[in-house]
Amino acid sequence: MLSLASVSPSASLSLQKNFKTNWKRGTSSRINFLGSDFSKTKSYTRTSMTVAVKVSRFNDITMAPPDPILGVSEAFKADTNEMKLNLGVGAYRTEDLQPYVLNVVKKAENLMLERGENKEYLPIEGLAAFNKVTAELLLGADNAVIQQQRVATVQGLSGTGSLRLAAALIERYFPGAKVLISSPTWGNHKNIFNDARVPWSEYRYYDPKTVGLDFDGMISDIKAAPDGSFVLLHGCAHNPTGIDPTPEQWEKIADVIQEKNQIPFFDVAYQGFASGSLDEDASSVRLFAARGMELFVAQSYSKNLGLYAERIGAINVVCASSDAAARVKSQLKRLARPMYSNPSIHGARIVANVVGSPELFNQWKEEMEMMAGRIKSVRQKLYDSLCAKDKSGKDWSFILKQIGMFSFTGLSKTQTENMTSKWHVYMTKDGRISLAGLSSAKCEYLADAIVDSYHNVK
Amino acid sequence: MHSWAASPADRRLSALIRHLEGSSNSMDSDTITASPTSGFSGSRNSVFEHVVRAPEDPILGVTVAYNKDTSPLKLNLGVGAYRTEEGKPLVLNVVRRAEQMLVNNSSRVKEYLPIVGLADFNKLSAKLILGADSPAIQENRVTTVQCLSGTGSLRVGGEFLARHYHQRTIYIPQPTWGNHPKVFTLAGLSVKTFRYYDPVTRGLDFQGLLEDLGSAPSGEIVLLHACAHNPTGVDPTPQQWEQIRQLMRSKALLPFFDSAYQGFASGNLDADAHSVRLFVADGGECLVAQSYAKNMGLYGERVGALSIVCKSADVASRVESQLKLVIRPMYSNPPIHGASIVATILKDRNMYQEWTIELKAMADRIINMRQQLFDALRSRGTPGDWSHIIKQIGMFTFTGLNSEQVAFMRKEYHIYMTSDGRISMAGLSSRTVPHLADAIHAAVTRLV
Repeated sequence: MLSLASVSPSASLSLQKNFKTNWKRGTSSRINFLGSDFSKTKSYTRTSMTVAVKVSRFNDITMAPPDPILGVSEAFKADTNEMKLNLGVGAYRTEDLQPYVLNVVKKAENLMLERGENKEYLPIEGLAAFNKVTAELLLGADNAVIQQQRVATVQGLSGTGSLRLAAALIERYFPGAKVLISSPTWGNHKNIFNDARVPWSEYRYYDPKTVGLDFDGMISDIKAAPDGSFVLLHGCAHNPTGIDPTPEQWEKIADVIQEKNQIPFFDVAYQGFASGSLDEDASSVRLFAARGMELFVAQSYSKNLGLYAERIGAINVVCASSDAAARVKSQLKRLARPMYSNPSIHGARIVANVVGSPELFNQWKEEMEMMAGRIKSVRQKLYDSLCAKDKSGKDWSFILKQIGMFSFTGLSKTQTENMTSKWHVYMTKDGRISLAGLSSAKCEYLADAIVDSYHNVK
Repeated sequence: MHSWAASPADRRLSALIRHLEGSSNSMDSDTITASPTSGFSGSRNSVFEHVVRAPEDPILGVTVAYNKDTSPLKLNLGVGAYRTEEGKPLVLNVVRRAEQMLVNNSSRVKEYLPIVGLADFNKLSAKLILGADSPAIQENRVTTVQCLSGTGSLRVGGEFLARHYHQRTIYIPQPTWGNHPKVFTLAGLSVKTFRYYDPVTRGLDFQGLLEDLGSAPSGEIVLLHACAHNPTGVDPTPQQWEQIRQLMRSKALLPFFDSAYQGFASGNLDADAHSVRLFVADGGECLVAQSYAKNMGLYGERVGALSIVCKSADVASRVESQLKLVIRPMYSNPPIHGASIVATILKDRNMYQEWTIELKAMADRIINMRQQLFDALRSRGTPGDWSHIIKQIGMFTFTGLNSEQVAFMRKEYHIYMTSDGRISMAGLSSRTVPHLADAIHAAVTRLV
């Protein structure tokens, strides 16, 4: 074995260069190396040499597929066609299809700049002012659970990060417990639980026949699941379907979960964005809390405050006692510390400023109503266009019944591919379109694309 | 049976028992078996009964305790955050300027960053640590992903290795930053230690280090502090680094650098990157976790980067795609604010210059504090050799004080530090050095 321990770094570099030009991967060419013959054999790659001239230790790593949701935007960017339309990721766009930074956010940022606050580490659980207002926003400031200090709130990295912290807590403290997720659900939910090593199974949710909620299927599947399971529920504006249970249905869901000693786990990513009203959109969570149930709630401010890239959210755990809440909070901290130590300040301060100031809070509500309003009107326009263009008599009213940013079109995978390849409309393969990315000017074009894909592609 | 410390099998069993038997034992008077999630107001059972209260994080908990102390003499030498001579946190002028530019730029939006983060930031970070003319960068052999400061970079790197690397053990120096073992354990790696600090010399146990790395199985991962070792402040010399490099390459040990103090240790960004660049120059592979918490004072913004230097561009590209699969289920994509500040500064020649000057000023103040403390102990005739205070480098000094002495200093002198005797020099000022020197003197003379 050639010992190159005494060779200087520059010599080793030129050795490596020599190597590179002679190396042909996949062939068994003999390589002339400083006069000695080396055959490329399997064992060679494991041969220990003192200079790093061998195959990468990461050679067997395969190329991972692009993210099914975030990858859509990447593909959209690469498309040069002028008719292209991005209905992939759920990020709000104005009528001009521009990203939107809320005025109230700009005001908050300017205030923060004027104050010249420092950039010290937050505590592991995040900004105290943020944690306070976020729990109050979700549950109502005068809610008994808050008065009794029964909520453990920890700032998380938006919805994803908050879900992940909760999943890590479940894995550690409820080993073997399953999380029941809706079929379908947001694509990343499964990844989060997989990486956290929490088993999951699905409950029926979407009924393709009615393009509505399969309520009986949902209840039946929750009942059939083990006691003590966690049931992942979308607080409002279900992603990807846009189909939410009615208040009566929520009561029945709560009944079953209580009977089964299961734990509700809400994902609240659209509070305020669904109906336009912050309180109304939190009613499902508040209904469960009012029953004295213990529950998990992951919150995100990505959409409702347009703070997508700031990664601001929270995990709330409503507990039976303030002591339990304190203990749970301490354990959430223990999971956050080896993940990222403490969360980022900027987004938290923006939220604390907006939600904590009556004036900014009211302005926020107005902007939120405006955003939710635009989406409602675009739904209407799309529906009208579809009715006008599709003479088959198909019922498109599900578009109006669904709520929130997304619409589940019912298009199949191949039909969706047609949307992209023929019409340059980018959406996720499950047939979900983001109405937030649709302008009223583009409704007719989209309607053409949908009608064509639905009827002409099998 | 309900302790978290029980094995997973125990916990599962106890969970099963709980489910089969119904409600837990903390019921009040009622005999009705109330489910924990029911709203039965009589008894408040919780599914979290078995969750015990975690102790405060040993490092961050020091500040928690400090905040509770009401003494006017109190001194926080716990967490490594820079303080001015006036004892105040510092936001660099150049950071304020960059922030101003960003906030005032009306064309800026808050759209999701890509999973790997801000592209400019990634490129500039790689150049900062590897050198602008690094062949590894020019050959596209480096993948860099924005992460949540140093911790996040270490965690993402650890998870990636646990999934894709053929060895699952990481060797960490003894001692090391308190959070390292937890980060890597939760990432899925097992953790072993190698000798590093010699308490007798208060310097590097170089022989021990070589022996331990020499006897490690081939291919294992080794965590190296790029400069300003935390908590000891003891760094290998350039010659020792070269020996470490040769040994590691001869055993195909995979280096994983933690670079949290580039520019902060010596005051010079290139000098503090020397160890990393030494390894990269031999064409081999390594991982580097970078943090901008200290050197740009961006602590709470959580800005950092993980770079993986690979043998080829093709490998680097595949590695990057797999890093995305680690990140997406953890937090989807990283926060934009801090990374934008860093990119703004690094890409502008004037701002970059300004930064290096402010950085050197911070490093110099710390070096000055070291000298002052050393002089103060000498003038008090404090027993022992305190030269390690000026030999060690970076934000921290490993005083050599034991846990009783540390507790004594907290109780009697209201001085807060971690129980391993580590003090953050950044938390000292000319005004407070005498108080600290008095406390050390008392601790050393009154307690063994």
